[in-house]
Amino acid sequence: MDTKLLRLLENDCTLTREQLASMADMTVEEVNAAIKEYEEKKIVLGYKAIVDWDRTDRESVTALIEVKVTPQRGEGFDRVAERIYQYDEVESVYLMSGAFDLTVIISGRTLREVAEFVGQRLATLEDVTGTATHFILKKYKEKHLIFEKREEQERELIFT
Amino acid sequence: MNYDAILSDRIKNVQPSGIRKFFDILEEMKDAISLGIGEPDFVTPWHIRDAGIYSLEKGFTKYTSNAGMAELRREIASYLERRFQLKYDFANQIIVTVGGSEAIDLALRCMVNPGDEVIVPVPSFVCYGPLANMAGGVPVYVETKAENEFRLTPEELRAAITPRTKVLVLPFPNNPTGGVMGREDLEAIAEVLRGTDIMVISDEIYAELTYGQHHVSLANIPDMYERTIVVNGFSKSHAMTGWRMGYLCGPAPLIQQMLKLHQFGIMSAPTTSQYAAIEAMRNGDADIEKMRDEYDGRRRYLVEGLRRIGLPCFEPKGAFYVFPDIRGTGLSSEEFCERFLMEEKVAVIAGNAFGPGGEGFVRCCYATSMKDIAEALTRMDNFLTNLKKKQAREQG
Repeated sequence: MDTKLLRLLENDCTLTREQLASMADMTVEEVNAAIKEYEEKKIVLGYKAIVDWDRTDRESVTALIEVKVTPQRGEGFDRVAERIYQYDEVESVYLMSGAFDLTVIISGRTLREVAEFVGQRLATLEDVTGTATHFILKKYKEKHLIFEKREEQERELIFT
Repeated sequence: MNYDAILSDRIKNVQPSGIRKFFDILEEMKDAISLGIGEPDFVTPWHIRDAGIYSLEKGFTKYTSNAGMAELRREIASYLERRFQLKYDFANQIIVTVGGSEAIDLALRCMVNPGDEVIVPVPSFVCYGPLANMAGGVPVYVETKAENEFRLTPEELRAAITPRTKVLVLPFPNNPTGGVMGREDLEAIAEVLRGTDIMVISDEIYAELTYGQHHVSLANIPDMYERTIVVNGFSKSHAMTGWRMGYLCGPAPLIQQMLKLHQFGIMSAPTTSQYAAIEAMRNGDADIEKMRDEYDGRRRYLVEGLRRIGLPCFEPKGAFYVFPDIRGTGLSSEEFCERFLMEEKVAVIAGNAFGPGGEGFVRCCYATSMKDIAEALTRMDNFLTNLKKKQAREQG
């Protein structure tokens, strides 16, 4: 499978279909068809903006929670993972190797909101045997994008 | 003081670039989009910057050997063999220079005697003629043609050769046209050169930026190795323009003489930059691919966009420039660029700035963001539409 178009989309999904077509050396019709297929096959799950909420007056708290669970016979971790990811508060869930089983990323408006979710929803699930909550203090980089506004060298008008 | 009498005739004969006036206007214009600057828009990959910083932390701030650190020359030799099948002995065939520009200057000054002719295909980067002049040589410009995709043809070369011809400059992949010379093209050039004593300075600074075909050096062609000085560097391939890192490679008896001039004129290339360059050679191949891939996408978009709005351009297969033909507008290159900048606030460079053969064309550099390229195309479309209306009104 040629991943060129996917890589372009992953990097910047705001490119127009014409731009994508030129860049991937395809026709616009081919791009449209490929994207439709990606969406239908869930190869492309969706398109979202990376927002730095700290630059707004909206409060937002994100926590990374290590979760230990008892796997279910026949279903492994999938069933409990599903019970966790159904909650709107849950941004991401990953199955991990190593000292714990699931990484759950949760965002809420306040620290209390997140703490309550962990204490009342997550920790009380019957298959969950333990949690460790780490609050994210500052985001530096996400999906290759850097949060901090950085100084850029001014491009000199050099004739080259 | 009569400074005019003090200055050497050679430097007085070097013409200042006409582009300065255009840049002065551009400098005043805060919100202009520039497709004018010919350097990568990427920052040097972090692991390379980090290697430079680390060398400073360790206190590696002294001179290196004149030819450059042996470790770096070994890495350059390994890189050239790995990527271009070129074999050079690090011990006596490579000099690390302050950018590719110093390498060109060294090569010309060490080979050219007063009155020797230096064949320079144009349009091309502006330094060859003036540097040949400063070396006492006489530049002989050969205009490459759009219909040949701005490649140098054997006929054009043959017609330019005289008994005084000493050096041929081969600037491919080419700035400003984006033209490249493939193996067959080079074979044809080699056929003309065989049996002569003409030396070739092959400026391969854009060697890593070719699209759809792999770069071939003239030194790869049978019998050409012994008459070729290969100039290359890190500026374009690794987005390292400000580090000023280049090198030249060639036959040992020549390189050893060039080392004398480099030793007295430069001493050694910057040490911090050399440490960064070692890292670039060792672990930078993936960066090259990534940047080339990105340029390639923009290249296709810009070429298609220009054609769509009615500016013919051949497909550039190298460097990061597109060289559209603007003769259909009835404007000269300079008029086109000035009016485009004043009316639409987009800077492109007049083709005649790159030598006689560039009139009727403009250089658009796509080493800038997709957003800017898209906006520049929209404004170019406006500009051309308005221009046509104005011209129709004047005639009607």
